[in-house]
Amino acid sequence: MLSRALNNSNVLGLIFMLPLVIILVLFLTYPLGLGIWLGFTDAKIGRAGEWIGLGNYAYLIGDSVSQLALFNTIFYTVIASILKFALGLWLALLLNKNLPFKAFFRSIVLLPWIVPTALSALAFWWIYDAQFSIISWTLVKLGLIDTYINFLGDPWMARFSTIFANVWRGIPFVAITLLAGLQTISPALYEAASIDGVTPWQQFRYVTLPLLTPIIAVVMTFSVLFTFTDFQLIYVLTRGGPLNATHLMTTLSFQRAIPGGSLGEGAALAIMMIPFLLAAIMFSYFGLQRRAWQRGDDK
Amino acid sequence: MTKLTRRDFLVSTASVAAASAMGGSAHAATDTLNIQPEKDAKLRVLRWKRFVQGDEELWMANTKKFTEKTGIEVRVDNEGWEDVRPKAAVAASVGSGPDIVIGWFDDPHQYPDKLVDLTDLANYLDKKYGGWYDVCKRYGMRGDRWIAITLGVVGNALCYRESQVKAAGFDGVPKDTAGFLKLCQALKAKDTPCGFALGKAVGDGNNWAHWLLWSHGGMMVDTKGNVVIDSPETWAALEYAKELYKTFVPGTLSWQDPSNNKAFLDGQVSMTANGISVYYSAKNSQDPKMKAMADDIQHAHLPIGPIGKPTELMQITQMMLFKHSKYPNAAKAYMQFMMEADQYNPWMEAAIGYVSQPLKAYEANPIWTVDPKHTVYRDAAALMLDNGHAGPLGTASAAVMADYVVLDMIANAASGAKTPKEAAAQAAERAKRYYKT
Repeated sequence: MLSRALNNSNVLGLIFMLPLVIILVLFLTYPLGLGIWLGFTDAKIGRAGEWIGLGNYAYLIGDSVSQLALFNTIFYTVIASILKFALGLWLALLLNKNLPFKAFFRSIVLLPWIVPTALSALAFWWIYDAQFSIISWTLVKLGLIDTYINFLGDPWMARFSTIFANVWRGIPFVAITLLAGLQTISPALYEAASIDGVTPWQQFRYVTLPLLTPIIAVVMTFSVLFTFTDFQLIYVLTRGGPLNATHLMTTLSFQRAIPGGSLGEGAALAIMMIPFLLAAIMFSYFGLQRRAWQRGDDK
Repeated sequence: MTKLTRRDFLVSTASVAAASAMGGSAHAATDTLNIQPEKDAKLRVLRWKRFVQGDEELWMANTKKFTEKTGIEVRVDNEGWEDVRPKAAVAASVGSGPDIVIGWFDDPHQYPDKLVDLTDLANYLDKKYGGWYDVCKRYGMRGDRWIAITLGVVGNALCYRESQVKAAGFDGVPKDTAGFLKLCQALKAKDTPCGFALGKAVGDGNNWAHWLLWSHGGMMVDTKGNVVIDSPETWAALEYAKELYKTFVPGTLSWQDPSNNKAFLDGQVSMTANGISVYYSAKNSQDPKMKAMADDIQHAHLPIGPIGKPTELMQITQMMLFKHSKYPNAAKAYMQFMMEADQYNPWMEAAIGYVSQPLKAYEANPIWTVDPKHTVYRDAAALMLDNGHAGPLGTASAAVMADYVVLDMIANAASGAKTPKEAAAQAAERAKRYYKT
């Protein structure tokens, strides 16, 4: 009986899948399900909550700080992603050229991405410090400005300063992945194009870009997801200040759930990010991956 | 009982003698307290990670003394001071974990049912050591029952450069808010501005923001827990904050906890509010310039506002004993041991003024007079109000402070991002969420 079952490829297949299924359920489905459940309760840290339906969501929609955090998150993600894409693509195109010390440059570009975020965030914290900023110090010594730049003390300055730090950190990922995509494009296509007498712009527009689209779709999906869920950078640089101008959904969720103890509300804030993340994935799935095989269809 | 030492024996017989002398009255137990630890007891203690080396060394030395005396093994774990709170809450919720947690602020009031009644110990200490300060009672008691023993207060005070205050035409820091504003304006005019944290500074920011609000009579809730922050008193406090903010060094909206220390030690601000740590950084430095600065540093209490009494907020820390502890008597004995003068005095001395006493008798500790610049921090517990003032302590008061409702309000009004009335209205709306009944 047992040996017959073990010889059945369907049964065997299920058995082989079992470890992975357990891992997925245990570490992915269960926490996510628990998070969704908590979002519907008024759980506090140290106290199980009671079901309050959409109570948390109803409150959060009307809460001025949550609204600001949502705006900040979208602003942060959109601006940072666009910049990362543009600069990353540019960098990839440069690195794809025949440069001297090519391997050296390609590896050094990855550096910002390799350094742990918490460490690079600390470096930026000093760079942006209201009293000790190296940028302000240099500019003052050069006589270009009189007072220190208020990098993190002014709402809009703080938004752009944190975006800059995020872009600095995110470019390598985009650049190196796009570079890998560029390397797969056959040189024969460029030769054919140059025989046809195309300008560099036309070459980019009609040869490089179409062939790079699948990679761009994947890279940008990841990039948007990473940016939308950024936490460490903000937490080190501002903790959401000044005046909550850099509070993202993630940092506000943490602030309310852990130090604040309102686990249910924090969970609801985190769950509120899911529709936006799904939208980003759907956009790349349907918008950018036009060809059927890219969507995983057989035909 | 095999571990009973000679000293224990003497103490216990003395208490029996005392009890019988007073006709066996139960009240006699408060004069001496002789807790019998369970057999083979083991304890786990979770405390915040030291701010100064001496604190941890003496704490561990005292713990060792306790183990030698009683045979009770004690394991002490240290966590970053902001991480103790969630850990304690989880321990309370799941019903296992450390026996004793040394937590912060209104922690005990978030899970009062999970804590062992400590009334006998608290009353004993109260009688023996000159009485608890009022604020320790507010934090330690739930109704007429004690649920936590205050270990101490991490003092907060104005820290200023004497020479710069003199140069601005003042002999010291004025004791009232009106005079204080004039001093800050004069400091600004001399190009030696002050600075107070308005970013997400858990300690420094919250401390001075609450002082400012309360000094003008504003408060988050009334004694019943109704939100009353949107009041003329609050508006007055916020108008004051606006004027004060104009005298600050630029960038305070981005300041986190370490920022004011750095700015002060670099000579960029003439005055800020902080624990004693700024002074020690300067004093213990090898750099002659810093030594000179240490000589110039003075401390003062935050001024008293229109309501005419001190209204400070500081970090208060207390010991909680959880009901899930298998050895509650051993844990109580440990807490008693650590609070007794033989242990508490050397420990507070080793903490060099970072931690101030919760019991009035310990005011006499030499740490407060060995250096006259320490003295201001002695009065920490006497000056402070609780963070839920004037309402009940509990999850609401904890959540409102963790969400920076007061600090955000002050920062918004001070910087002009919102008018005082708008800022107060927003704070009220945010607080009502947590204080709803």
